[in-house]
Amino acid sequence: MTARFNRLAAAGAALVGAALLAAPAAQAQRDPAYQAARQAGQVGEQPDGYLGHVTPPTPEIRALVLDINIKRKDAYTRSAASTGATVEQFAFTSGCNLIARTQPGEKYQAPDGRWLTRDASSPVRDPRCP
Amino acid sequence: MKPSADKVRTATWAAAAVAAMMATGLGGCVQIDTPTKPIEINLNINIRQEIVYRLDGDAKQLIEQNSEIF
Repeated sequence: MTARFNRLAAAGAALVGAALLAAPAAQAQRDPAYQAARQAGQVGEQPDGYLGHVTPPTPEIRALVLDINIKRKDAYTRSAASTGATVEQFAFTSGCNLIARTQPGEKYQAPDGRWLTRDASSPVRDPRCP
Repeated sequence: MKPSADKVRTATWAAAAVAAMMATGLGGCVQIDTPTKPIEINLNINIRQEIVYRLDGDAKQLIEQNSEIF
């Protein structure tokens, strides 16, 4: 009885542990400094699929944007290769989605180059965006 | 007095010639309007809409699987 309970408890604990470990992996969070810069409107999404500076950046924010853009380009390059597209084509398609996913208050760049603040309405995107 | 058939024919030819000259004159005159909007140079000429639509699913997947950099 006790042995069986212990086995059940151990199995339950293992399941909970696995769930706790899997959760952060499945939903990786943004770096807090990056999240703060987005919410403050210091950085925004460009139509080309990369982050841009809305306001003159501090050295920290410049480094943060450079780091994310290098990682994005790496990701775009791998996906482009597997889909038979160019890096620019894949990055642009991602940019369409990233602008669509901006939250109210965040910044994004319109096709004419202006930085706009996302509100409840649809963002201004390139006419080629799906 | 009724104009002779010859005269009518001559007048018709003359009118046609004048019309042709006017048409040529107008057609040869190229008018260029000053653009009112600034000229935008689109560098993304190799990104066609059909390609964007084809890649959209893969782009969404990439963003979801690498949410920390997006």
